[in-house]
Amino acid sequence: MADKKKTKSKTKAKKIPAKGKAAVTPAEDITDNKPLKIVIVGHVDHGKSTLVGRLIHDTGSLPEGKLEAIRDMCDRRGMPFEWAFLMDALKSERDQGITIDTSQIWFSTDHRKYVLIDAPGHKEFLKNMVSGAAHAEAALLVIDAEEGVREQSRRHGYLLHLLGVRQVAVAVNKMDLVKYSKERFDEIEAEIHAYLDEIGIAPTHIIPVSSREGDLIVNPSKPMDWYEGPTVAQALDLFEAPVLPTDLPLRFPIQDVYKFDERRIIVGRVESGRLRAGDTLLISPTNKTVRVASIESWNSPSPVLAASAGQSIGITVEDQVFIERGQIASNEENLPIETNVFRARIFWLGRKPLTVGKTYKLKLATSQHNVTVQAIERVIDTGDLSSAEAETVERNAVAEVILRSRGMMVLDEFVDNPATGRFVLVDEYDAVGGGIISMEGYPDQRQSITVKSTNIFSVDHRITPAARSASNGHRPGILWLTGLSGSGKSTIAVELERQLFLKGYHVYVMDGDNLRHGLCADLGFSPEDRTENIRRVGEVASLFADAGFIVITAFISPYRADRQRARSIRSEQFHEVYVKAGLEVCEKRDPKGLYKKARKGEIEMFSGVSAPYEEPEDAECVVDTASLSVSESVAEVMDYIDRHLGGVDHHHETGKEEKAAQTS
Amino acid sequence: MNHLDALESQSMYIFREAFQGFDKLAMLWSIGKDSNVMLWLARKAFFGHLPFPVVHVDTSYKIPEMITFRDRMAKEWELDLIVGQNTKALEAGMGPDKGKVACCSALKTEGLKATLSEHGFTGVFAGIRRDEEGTRSKERVFSPRGENAEWDFRDQPPEFWDQFKTEFAPGTHLRIHPLLHWTEIDVWRYIQREDIPVLDLYFAKDGKRYRSLGCAPCTAPIESNAATLDEIITELETTRVSERSGRAQDKEAEDAFERLRAEGYM
Repeated sequence: MADKKKTKSKTKAKKIPAKGKAAVTPAEDITDNKPLKIVIVGHVDHGKSTLVGRLIHDTGSLPEGKLEAIRDMCDRRGMPFEWAFLMDALKSERDQGITIDTSQIWFSTDHRKYVLIDAPGHKEFLKNMVSGAAHAEAALLVIDAEEGVREQSRRHGYLLHLLGVRQVAVAVNKMDLVKYSKERFDEIEAEIHAYLDEIGIAPTHIIPVSSREGDLIVNPSKPMDWYEGPTVAQALDLFEAPVLPTDLPLRFPIQDVYKFDERRIIVGRVESGRLRAGDTLLISPTNKTVRVASIESWNSPSPVLAASAGQSIGITVEDQVFIERGQIASNEENLPIETNVFRARIFWLGRKPLTVGKTYKLKLATSQHNVTVQAIERVIDTGDLSSAEAETVERNAVAEVILRSRGMMVLDEFVDNPATGRFVLVDEYDAVGGGIISMEGYPDQRQSITVKSTNIFSVDHRITPAARSASNGHRPGILWLTGLSGSGKSTIAVELERQLFLKGYHVYVMDGDNLRHGLCADLGFSPEDRTENIRRVGEVASLFADAGFIVITAFISPYRADRQRARSIRSEQFHEVYVKAGLEVCEKRDPKGLYKKARKGEIEMFSGVSAPYEEPEDAECVVDTASLSVSESVAEVMDYIDRHLGGVDHHHETGKEEKAAQTS
Repeated sequence: MNHLDALESQSMYIFREAFQGFDKLAMLWSIGKDSNVMLWLARKAFFGHLPFPVVHVDTSYKIPEMITFRDRMAKEWELDLIVGQNTKALEAGMGPDKGKVACCSALKTEGLKATLSEHGFTGVFAGIRRDEEGTRSKERVFSPRGENAEWDFRDQPPEFWDQFKTEFAPGTHLRIHPLLHWTEIDVWRYIQREDIPVLDLYFAKDGKRYRSLGCAPCTAPIESNAATLDEIITELETTRVSERSGRAQDKEAEDAFERLRAEGYM
């Protein structure tokens, strides 16, 4: 028995024959046969499923007998015929007359093929709407002509924007119920424009329709002969086919590493850009480079030499470098961002509200991180687009939040690269939200964690730290003062320096100005430059401490990650001192008039005003300058220094030093 | 990338996500065209290897050619084949004469559940497609099943941006659907492009061919003269008859298939 039909045509069927009726279609659409994915969204009961049913029927895409089967079913149940029953496949959906879950149906016009994604409009099923709409390449927003723009019309519009669906047409449905009134249509059209404009969506068309009667879905409308634009089917045909992001920088998130045979194959999907055998790739966050030896495949007619966005591939590499799931390969230029904190606009689907301080599992491309909600910046009302402060984000709400992880995350801003600029949050077993990333106010930390030079060897000193301490009579240390501008860091720092100097301590204050005039003269105030400035301060402070000094730094140093990095250089000698005073207090003091300027917008990225200040979580020493005077504040830090750095016994330590000197 | 490349790539991605997320995987193999394509795609994803067993639930009522084909392919492709059967129900005389849905439920659903729990599989590939039937069109790619393999279609978890569900409560499992986004004609075009072996029953003889394969008593051939792959593709481009029109168990009651699937049918 010949199980395998040796086809009469020996073509490998790369080109698929065009449909007979599609003569007007541009050739490339048909040869590819790629259906355009359209999601139908809108408020509950505005007639989404009905419109879909009508569209399928009027384009002649309905399976034979389907209409009759539904009519029979309606007769049996004694209910009026509804077009919606075509899509509402679940009995409970038909029983309740609402769509519960998203479904997909295939149909075609003369122009091309479509997958229609029907999404439920009921607020309760927003998770299902998102599950459907996230696949879409374009959307049709359905709005009831009687009711106008309602809660879910707005929310769905906003979510389309978050989900990255940019092409939207609008159908104003149930025109038959408003007597096909042009006045009513004009009103709603204006309302829709006003809302969509605000969220950055320019609708391609706004079409008056009656799904029940079939006006302007596929066929023209007599009662609405005043309307001159396209029908719904024509509007769909006018959507542009999506373009794969092959021209964006390469992002190849590692999905897995296989060793089924002698090959070590690194697999994943190219999310953007292109990749060729022989290319050098940089792996983030390890910052190792590898050369692509081959692109592996099974049952492909010829060796694969190149791959581009959208392709699931496997590569072998020439170098024995540690590679694992979650890392991202890119070219050596146009690298992704590395950070442990970012800003995100999220939609929340969890039954329990999102709360500050709670940790969720974040999935971004193939990586997973535990992230903690550091702050809820604002909750956005998708109805009037106003925002409010809130402690929690409730189910089905949209918000802007700050998320922080322990380890380094590799990502892009959503505007630059959607596939690596969005993420899903998971709580327990289920996805509970999704979001898109912005780095506004936060630096790329890649530079500050990368050692650029190689072949560096540290010089071993012949004087031990203990010997230095003994000679100085105190231990070295870095007192890292952090706090808002105007909190009193510099005042406290110089007074500490004076008092310690009088005690005979080796002490030096590093202040913003004395560094920015020289060592850091090349730096401005962008997040990246601030991070670099603080990195340099950390390194210089570390050298001072190595020299036996007590070094006092007085920088706002607003980012926790930057302070953490400074600490990690010499953690045993690092003492974080939080000079604590609230924004209100500092702004009232405003010794240098900087807050006034910042409020006027004359200073950009001013910590606490237009850029974040991240309070220390476990500073060794906290001085509350809002309630303490300068001398009281200084006394507290002096006390801390005495306890931790002071009183080293000269003779005892000197003895050790002599021993050390003999043995070396 | 053309349409078939895109479909293939997405299926490979799904296979690889499942493979890294689950320890105990198995693939349901119904011997039909879809599950052969699914097998093929798995070998694409894993470079010719198939790193998990295939499970066939044998109701004993299958069309005999299907079993011959199964055993031959299993040998040729070196498959780790597990054949499951609800022998208890068969001994008690279960068959389509006891009601088509009841028979499906006992011999397929229960047979499947027993086989899955016997081996402790936590991730099970099934070759269903959204365009086959209404309730399948509402499926998730990674679809959670309860302790009794039941499908809670009224409250499915969200699934978007290809971030699939890999977390699940003990005692539950996931059905994974690598072909969910394919259509019937896509499957045939891919079979043609890749030269994938399929059963002879799909090709017309004496004016009839099988469009969908199942158990002999409940599966009828359709009127057709499509005797080659090209002819089948041409037929599907113009047909308005639904694919499962020859499957009797779908038609016993309005929600017969919905209830079967809610219980854990594929």
